[in-house]
Amino acid sequence: MAWFHRPKYTIIRRPAEKSETKIPEGMWVKCEKCDSILLKQELDDNLNVCPKCNFHGRITAKRRVELTADEGTFQAMFENIRPVDFLKFPQYPEKLASSEKKTGLTESVLTGRAKINGMQVALAVTDFFFMGGSLGSVMGERITSLIELAINENLPVIIISASGGGARMHEGVMSLMQMAKISAGLARLSDKKLPYISVLTDPTGGGVTASFAMLGDLNIAEPEALIMFAGPRVIEGTIKQKLPAGFQRSEFLQEHGMIDTIVNRKDMKNTLFNLLSNIRSPKQYAGR
Amino acid sequence: MADEHYHVLEFEKPVYELKKKIEELKHSAREKNLNVDAEVKALEDKVTSLRSEIYKNLDPWQIVQIMRHQKRPKTLDYISMIFTDFTEMHGDRSFGDDKAVIGGMAKLNDIPVMLVGIQKGKDTKENIMRNFGCGLPEGYRKALRLMKFAEKFHMPVITFIDTNGAFPGLEGEERGVAEAIARNLLEMSHLKVPIIVNVIGEGGSGGALGIGVGDRVLMFKYATYSVISFEGCASILWKDAAKASEAAKILKPTAKDLLQLNVIDEIIEEPMEGAHVDPETAAANLKKALVAHLSILLETPLEELLEKRYKKFRSMGVYTDEAQSAI
Repeated sequence: MAWFHRPKYTIIRRPAEKSETKIPEGMWVKCEKCDSILLKQELDDNLNVCPKCNFHGRITAKRRVELTADEGTFQAMFENIRPVDFLKFPQYPEKLASSEKKTGLTESVLTGRAKINGMQVALAVTDFFFMGGSLGSVMGERITSLIELAINENLPVIIISASGGGARMHEGVMSLMQMAKISAGLARLSDKKLPYISVLTDPTGGGVTASFAMLGDLNIAEPEALIMFAGPRVIEGTIKQKLPAGFQRSEFLQEHGMIDTIVNRKDMKNTLFNLLSNIRSPKQYAGR
Repeated sequence: MADEHYHVLEFEKPVYELKKKIEELKHSAREKNLNVDAEVKALEDKVTSLRSEIYKNLDPWQIVQIMRHQKRPKTLDYISMIFTDFTEMHGDRSFGDDKAVIGGMAKLNDIPVMLVGIQKGKDTKENIMRNFGCGLPEGYRKALRLMKFAEKFHMPVITFIDTNGAFPGLEGEERGVAEAIARNLLEMSHLKVPIIVNVIGEGGSGGALGIGVGDRVLMFKYATYSVISFEGCASILWKDAAKASEAAKILKPTAKDLLQLNVIDEIIEEPMEGAHVDPETAAANLKKALVAHLSILLETPLEELLEKRYKKFRSMGVYTDEAQSAI
């Protein structure tokens, strides 16, 4: 081919393609950040955190509950609250069905009572694998119901977010209103002087960040979690330039005053317990 | 209407053409000294019926076009037409003064009120100054400062929503726009004075809701309120922003839709062709509604007011609850 017919770009292989290492199905996995090849079992035992570079991979809500609550103490509540495709939005029923199948959850959030080192708390965990952990009517109703339960039972509230999608467009403006609804619940919780800890994990974005995720008496993040209002691609489209490295990661947010502290996954449970113990001793809570 | 500066919307063109024809007819009749009164009358009747036919059956995308009309009145227009003694209050007292989110004290008839609104520009120059009505964190924090001021001095709060969203940029993220909006939602839900929210134009997602929690939510007939921009929704669904008109139909963003979903409390009438045709009439309609709602809210005991506000947002959502339906 003559040089003037050559394409004016260079083909750069994507990092994902660069390694030709054949990974046996199911046995080995590669760290998303440092490319280390890890035994799947090893990664799993390490809570899906890379032992080499401390990269915190995403985990399901069910796994998160296991890591947070004392064994067998989590009682899922408000499970009867289920989504409705009231806008007849394209592909919404299919998306719900496939998410249910994939996660074994009935919606993008698990809510219920749980014990942390013996301390009774109201716990909500959103699941990124269920439609991006997006906020719709069901998440709004379940979390608000949980907050009201906490008010009635004098419990602290912990919400662990993994919601990249923010407000769920499939329910239109009703999803937006859930931000107001949950925040109103949190205002009442705050009026009762009951503590609320927000744990932000990768990723937390849009309407979730712009409502309950940022409203904790304490906002705690896992390392390097993407935490944002607008997504990086949207912002790049606005400012027409590349974003700095580490932009919108936990460390960036802490640097800019939005996050109280960054805690490793393996330390999260004890940290939550210790912090809540400081705010009020466990016995002061009505729950046993 | 034949004013050449007048921006004719696509769906209004048949009316516009007809009107042009009438003018031509009148003109040639005058030159030739003919009497065409009967023909003109017939054509004018046709204009009237055609126009009311078009405006009776507007689809959501046509409403979006009216909402986006460049001459549509903005927050400061309504402030000057409805209130007196407006004194703008600048700054969030910690970082700066956002020109997109404005506010200050004014009087509604004789009642001192606090006004907070998002201001789009009326032309390119003002739009650049106003950041196209896209608020920054300091704007939302200024809004909260003014609302807290209002609470301290027992002044009702009236807000005006007209934005396609909070500004999606570097500085907004750095200074915590998400936190600023979230804080407003929480604080507005239990602010100890009446709040009336008015969606006057574009109600764009979190940036709109950031001043959108209140005891009453009023919405102009041709305003819209949506969780996502129609173009954004179309890009996600069909990878084609040009299908925004389809997205507008699905998202149910019009005042009529939102009244049915109980997201808003009242639709404020506009002149048939939109507020831009006759801003004074639109403003008068809004003023009447504001006065009526405010007199009720000011009579309501605080505890009841806050309980009702909580219940209003608490009850929003569409879902099934088997446990409840079984009872």
